Amino acid sequence: MQATQHAAHTGNHDDESHGHHPTGLMRWVTTTNHKDIGSMYLWFSFIMFLVGGAMSLIIRGELLAPGLQYVSPEFYNQMLTLHALIMVFGAIMPAFVGFANWMIPMMIGAPDMAFARMNNWSFWLLPPAAILLVASMFVPGGAAGTGWTLYPPLSIQMGMGMDLTIFAVHILGMSSIMGSINIITTILNMRAPGMTLMKMPLFCWTWLVTGFLLIASMPILAGAVTMLLTDRHFGTSFFSAAGGGDPVLFQHIFWFFGHPEVYIIALPAFGVVSHVIPAFSRKHLFGYTSMVYAIAAIGLISFFVWAHHMYVTGIPLTGQLYFMYATMLIAIPTGVKVFNWITTMWRGSLSFETPMLFALGFLVLFTIGGLTGLVLAMTAVDIQLQDTYYVVAHFHYVMVAGALFSAYAGLYFWLPKWTGHMYHEGLGKLHFWSSMIFFNIAFFPQHFLGLAGMPRRIPDYAQQFADFNLISTVGAFGFGISQLLVLVVVFKAVKGGAKAESRPWDGAHGLEWTVPSPAPYHTFEEPPAFDPAEAHA
Amino acid sequence: MSNPASASRYFVPQPSHWPLVGSLALLLLATGAVLAMNSVAGGSLVLIGGFVVLAIMLFGWFGRVIGESESGSYNGQVDRSFRWAMSWFIFSEVMFFAAFFGALFYVRVLSVPDIASPDQALLWEGFKDQWPTAGPAAKDLFTPMHAWGIPAINTLLLLSSGVTITWAHWGLLANKRQQLIVGLAMTIVLGLVFISLQAYEYFEAYSHLNLKMTTGVYGSTFYMLTGFHGFHVTLGATMLIVILVRSMKGHFTAERHFAFEAVAWYWHFVDVVWLGLFIVVYWL
Repeated sequence: MQATQHAAHTGNHDDESHGHHPTGLMRWVTTTNHKDIGSMYLWFSFIMFLVGGAMSLIIRGELLAPGLQYVSPEFYNQMLTLHALIMVFGAIMPAFVGFANWMIPMMIGAPDMAFARMNNWSFWLLPPAAILLVASMFVPGGAAGTGWTLYPPLSIQMGMGMDLTIFAVHILGMSSIMGSINIITTILNMRAPGMTLMKMPLFCWTWLVTGFLLIASMPILAGAVTMLLTDRHFGTSFFSAAGGGDPVLFQHIFWFFGHPEVYIIALPAFGVVSHVIPAFSRKHLFGYTSMVYAIAAIGLISFFVWAHHMYVTGIPLTGQLYFMYATMLIAIPTGVKVFNWITTMWRGSLSFETPMLFALGFLVLFTIGGLTGLVLAMTAVDIQLQDTYYVVAHFHYVMVAGALFSAYAGLYFWLPKWTGHMYHEGLGKLHFWSSMIFFNIAFFPQHFLGLAGMPRRIPDYAQQFADFNLISTVGAFGFGISQLLVLVVVFKAVKGGAKAESRPWDGAHGLEWTVPSPAPYHTFEEPPAFDPAEAHA
Repeated sequence: MSNPASASRYFVPQPSHWPLVGSLALLLLATGAVLAMNSVAGGSLVLIGGFVVLAIMLFGWFGRVIGESESGSYNGQVDRSFRWAMSWFIFSEVMFFAAFFGALFYVRVLSVPDIASPDQALLWEGFKDQWPTAGPAAKDLFTPMHAWGIPAINTLLLLSSGVTITWAHWGLLANKRQQLIVGLAMTIVLGLVFISLQAYEYFEAYSHLNLKMTTGVYGSTFYMLTGFHGFHVTLGATMLIVILVRSMKGHFTAERHFAFEAVAWYWHFVDVVWLGLFIVVYWL
């Protein structure tokens, strides 16, 4: 995207770096530029989104009608496992790292990320991990068919594909940890003079806490899959009762990572929305300070609620009660955020361009996902709903309508800054409305399926579930096809379109809007003066 | 940002091919490991190839960083970035060990007593809640590792190495190059003796105590915790050797020597992990 700016760069950074930069493919492979790396993250995540999306359509295709129609049960399990792993680790997480790369240095007035070379490595670790995951489909026994949670004893019994998955998870974890160290260091050490932590844009705050969550939880996941590996190949007994271990131990370790992971995905999404809603309400964000404390509280509490994923594993009643109350506690800071977004819009001068539409779609649907989360947090209810389609509906409202809609809000919001061109508003709105409608057709009926007792991770089902499954499949295909629109929008904006001003949204605040559109290859050669009027507080 | 002279000029490194080489190394390592573990022909070769590429990357990348540091490219801001980054990296390592310590606590407090409880008597008749245990299905007897032999000596070795590296640091701060080099060398020797004793302990455990990776959950936690710790000591000793060579070449000044401090932090970290191991794996 940045080819035109490339020649214009006048390096004043490294003594030796004047002049020669590699061109063509080598430019992207060797780059130390946060904008190049951000673009690579975003393109990679979109490709993975299409791969994971194709897998979800195989799943929904199979569920079109009762009985087995297109795929074997084994392949169905592999598809739902890879769909989840690819969407979580390959699509959603890299998308927000891409936003962080592009925007954080520009928001805080830094020349680049603190560790520009390591930044490039963080990205280039993703393709090897993706290769391992995709290759696992073609080895004897096929890919892991355990679901993304990789529970033993099933994961101990899987074939070589499980080992490839384990090493892919290791490499993805390394990438996340390096990326997080980089982002945290950049935020703590590279801010423009005068930008104190409490004047920092909220997106940076969400990433500061997300980085902490990643550094604290990813090594735990690495430990869990390492134990799986040694149980599989080296005769250890972590997850085998015959040796004194316990398969439930894996669930504890996995969810100690897995629950913070939910907020690793959700917090940057909150950050994007906290920029978009004020810009299109032409007001400052309401309750900045409470937003910061809410982010920190969500991050902290997320480490103490993991066993709400495990109510039916036989944990003691006192444990169930503790995890129920602790989980419900998260609704308080999350509620603070939702009310602050709504209050930001109150008496604002609202307009409804595509970023705002996606942010509002996020707000409505994420709130539904949050409320079904509260329902599931209740032990007595969860024992009925555990492993039903209600859970599937719940986390797709959080992951798709939460994280993905927020990512689209950010994409449309910042695309003019990245490309220098306005996107096609009509196509953007079409993209939003088709996504919004088809998403609800696909996932809302799944609540009813779950309440009626349809189990998840099953390729076949009883006749009574047929109608809602048919509706859901139609919605899923509509949603999938609508996502191709975004490709058209991005290509059109990269190639041309109306020239974007440096501040294309009149209500937007922040240092990133003080530089030209498209942003120059190196944004700040010197620390910029920070104008308090650009602050979010 | 307090120093305007350093703040007015940012450091951003040149494009570099080392990240791609590192990614290739990890792809080869992962592929080779999977093939070797599943006994596919050629797996070990791919694995060795991965290690070679990784070594080339580490030499090349760290060589580049050392060159940039010695040519004075790094200002105070870069120095502070390194400090933040190393602290967070060590925190991530702490969390990795936390997973294994957590597993140990879980089996000792929850899973072993649960398997031995009356509820499970039909499944595992006669199994008693005691530690160490190889689990209810174990047939062979084994002897657990005692704390007050080699492990106690190892504790003394690592604690002493914490003293010698601090003494070396004092030498660096006081521009006493001899003290720096001797202190580092002593630290490395203590580390290497520690690793040798650990290796001897493993040999004894396998040949005389019948204590193996496969010795139920005691063997699992014992070898994974001490094994990952030993691996980290080996990494730390390797880093110390690099710092020793750099010190002998005249690198570092009393004011600017973050590489030394980073390695010293790391060394203290493996020391603290060992103390935890000594108490909950060997002693209690």
